[in-house]
Amino acid sequence: MSRRVDHVKAARTFIQDEPHIKFHDQRLWGLRQLRDGQAHGIAEWEQLRELASQIKEHTLSHLGDYLEQFERNATANGVIVHWAADAAEHNRIVHEILSAQAVTLLVKSKSMLTEECEMRPYLEARGIAVVETDLGERIQQLDHEMPSHIVVPAVHKLRGDVAQVFAENIGTDPTNDDPAYLAEGMRQDTRPYFLKAGAGMTGCNFAVAETGSVVVCTNEGNADLSANVPPLHIASIGIEKLIPRQSDLGVFIRMLSRSALGSPITQYTSHFRAPKAGGAMHFILVDNGRSARLAMDDFWYSLKCIRCGACMNTCPVYRRSGGLSYGGVYAGPIGAIINPTFDLKKYSALPFASTLNGSCSNVCPVKINIHEQIYKWRQIVAEQGELGFIKKESMKLAGKVLADPKRYRAFSEGSNRAIDTLPRALLYNPFNAWGKQRELPTPAAQTFHQWYAAQRKEQADE
Amino acid sequence: MSSRDAILAAVRARQPAARALPEVPLFDAEYAGDLVPRFAMALEKMGGRWLDADASVPLATQIRLLYPSAQRFCSAVAGMDGFASPGADAAALANVDVGIVQAAFGVAETGSLFLSEHEYGNNALGYLAQHLLVLLHPTQLVGNLHQAYQRPEWRSARYAALVTGPSATADIEGVLIRGAQGVRSLTVLALANP
Amino acid sequence: MKVALFVPCFIDTFFPEVAIATLELLERVGCEVVYPPDQTCCGQPLGNSGCQQDAAGAEALFVRNFAAYDYIVAPSGSCVHHVRDHLTAIPQDAAAKHVRAQTFELVEFLHDVLQIRDFPWARFEHKVGWHNSCGTLRQLHHAQPSEINAPFFSKPLTLLAGVPGIELVSPKRPDECCGFGGTFCVTEEPVSARMGYDKVRDHQQAGADFIASADMSCLMHQKGCAERLGLPLRFVHIAQILNGSVR
Repeated sequence: MSRRVDHVKAARTFIQDEPHIKFHDQRLWGLRQLRDGQAHGIAEWEQLRELASQIKEHTLSHLGDYLEQFERNATANGVIVHWAADAAEHNRIVHEILSAQAVTLLVKSKSMLTEECEMRPYLEARGIAVVETDLGERIQQLDHEMPSHIVVPAVHKLRGDVAQVFAENIGTDPTNDDPAYLAEGMRQDTRPYFLKAGAGMTGCNFAVAETGSVVVCTNEGNADLSANVPPLHIASIGIEKLIPRQSDLGVFIRMLSRSALGSPITQYTSHFRAPKAGGAMHFILVDNGRSARLAMDDFWYSLKCIRCGACMNTCPVYRRSGGLSYGGVYAGPIGAIINPTFDLKKYSALPFASTLNGSCSNVCPVKINIHEQIYKWRQIVAEQGELGFIKKESMKLAGKVLADPKRYRAFSEGSNRAIDTLPRALLYNPFNAWGKQRELPTPAAQTFHQWYAAQRKEQADE
Repeated sequence: MSSRDAILAAVRARQPAARALPEVPLFDAEYAGDLVPRFAMALEKMGGRWLDADASVPLATQIRLLYPSAQRFCSAVAGMDGFASPGADAAALANVDVGIVQAAFGVAETGSLFLSEHEYGNNALGYLAQHLLVLLHPTQLVGNLHQAYQRPEWRSARYAALVTGPSATADIEGVLIRGAQGVRSLTVLALANP
Repeated sequence: MKVALFVPCFIDTFFPEVAIATLELLERVGCEVVYPPDQTCCGQPLGNSGCQQDAAGAEALFVRNFAAYDYIVAPSGSCVHHVRDHLTAIPQDAAAKHVRAQTFELVEFLHDVLQIRDFPWARFEHKVGWHNSCGTLRQLHHAQPSEINAPFFSKPLTLLAGVPGIELVSPKRPDECCGFGGTFCVTEEPVSARMGYDKVRDHQQAGADFIASADMSCLMHQKGCAERLGLPLRFVHIAQILNGSVR
């Protein structure tokens, strides 16, 4: 049985490290502000969001047809198309493709899907070395951690952390934490891998049904190196990545990097339609729980996600708890609504790692109602009995008291009122947690109810 | 049942009720005037450099002057005196100092350049070279990305990238660094005569 | 105009002065205010915890208490958000629909329904940082959230502009959640407290003497944070300013 993720515990540890949390909050808030600058600079921004949402909802409502159209066109372009029902099948297909060409070194660009499939350890156990070529993702690979953010995977680390990881792994000077020096060190270390690798792998930001092509967005150009230098290119594609037409790309590319990093576009927006002369190209269409999510009335909208990370950047909880505290491939608000579809028990805490403030829904370029889905996930967690005994029982008691004015008044105005009453009756033993870092509110000598009864007796009796 | 058929059957059984596909406007009203200043500004914001070519000096000479310490030039543009052309072997381009290509068109909104295998000769040239010099006819500019995706060049390209400035990363403490894995700099040399 | 006053449970217990200010203010602007005595809570803490079944009793009682009135007004954005958008644990009969549609938060009631702009009886000669609670900002649409590319407006700031003497100061992150979040404030204590600390520090650095809001729950949390940090901030509900109860 999977272990329940303890978001609170991980967040507490993260918060205790002042330099890290301070940087983390400010860096991501900075991205949110850059995003605002871009969004407010485009008159049709809100219209673009609405279009993007409609295009994605249309595609998902016709997904079977678009998948077939994509397959047909890609095949006609000379691409070999594979289908994987789950992570295990995905990994097996990748391994078969690589084995057939005797590939022992794979370079790859960032892909949340391959993280989801836990592909790296699978291939490494079978003698295939895998090198992540995105700088942030490489830092995380060398440090044996999951990406903590879907766009900036090592954003929870400071330069000193990176200097240490690099010194241990690629031989840079441990006392030199200048980011330019560290990035150059990684450039020198990584570039030879592109030349040696037998295959390159990319993820997929958009799969265009009309053209059978895959679009990948990076700032480093590492997807282009991975796909263009080795003879073999494999792209892993979640089936929800489909969009109908090339012209739809205009909508999504205009918003993706603006939402993610506050830049008008990524440095490289790369379109892979057919294998290069003398090379081979494989597309793997992966379900891994997506078709099941499509059937969930309230939750299929999360399949619209284009993985920009804007919801994480704006999330005040994410910024103060760090991506690793979510314990899953996807962190932040989007993680709170995607991870439970994989394993409700394990991720039952995530829908509660939110204040339901709604900022995530407002920045989402495809208008996913993220905070409303978080609210609904809480109901599922409660219905499935994953709330925990104390919380469940105290809610049951509070429900009874709040439904009964007499009992309620006995609680709020009885002989042992004050700190021992509301909202203690509502929230399980709250003042233990409340008082750790906050002063307690003082109950008034007289409730409003009592004041009103005394002052306005004649009106109340009407 | 194959996974393909199983996935398609599951998707068809579960996909929500049909929703309409909207028409996407071009949003091009603001791109009526001269696009060059807008392109140049967008390019520079993304870390690229815009230069106007001097019609009276041979291009190859101008390019050599731009990179005084460069040893190895490789040009995918025909007729460049004294520059090697990219061959089929990608790895052979790893020691190129300056790659020279000509973009099919540019996008004023973002400062992006359209480069495909037709422009690169060998796609790796755009990424393994240390620096990239991109020739561009200023007449070949479109306003925004919606317009860019209407261009005919996409149809014949196996691979095509909208390249916007040099390779960059901010993965270490948000510090912007040019030249993460790909080119360290990108310069657009605007051709004088179409 | 006849108005039923809903006093949320924590206001009843901890901040009766806010309910009194609301009552007096509504009467001052000409409303006939009724306080149904059997009221308890709207069910929000239960609904927000996912406990729909447990919320049903409180929600049904809420409808029974208020179904007879044309307008129901509460000095709490999050409670009104629950009634309007989340009162779903009970059958949606005519009474439930009526109550959900006719429940207003105080600021929107004054701004939209009564359309009052001037509060000459009030006076508040202090530097005030306005706290946009998330429920009012993004659910009740009190103001234009900074995420959205649309013209700015703010109903509470429009009302406060009608108070003589007031000086508004703006924190760096005017829309950032303060970390109260209902049960979140205890279940996610470390993050909640950190968010609260950041919020009150932001207001203090902006030069605020008072933090004002339409949500007393947020202020209860922020007050606890400010006191623990030793910051000389004071906290006031907008009803107290508009009514002139606090000067």
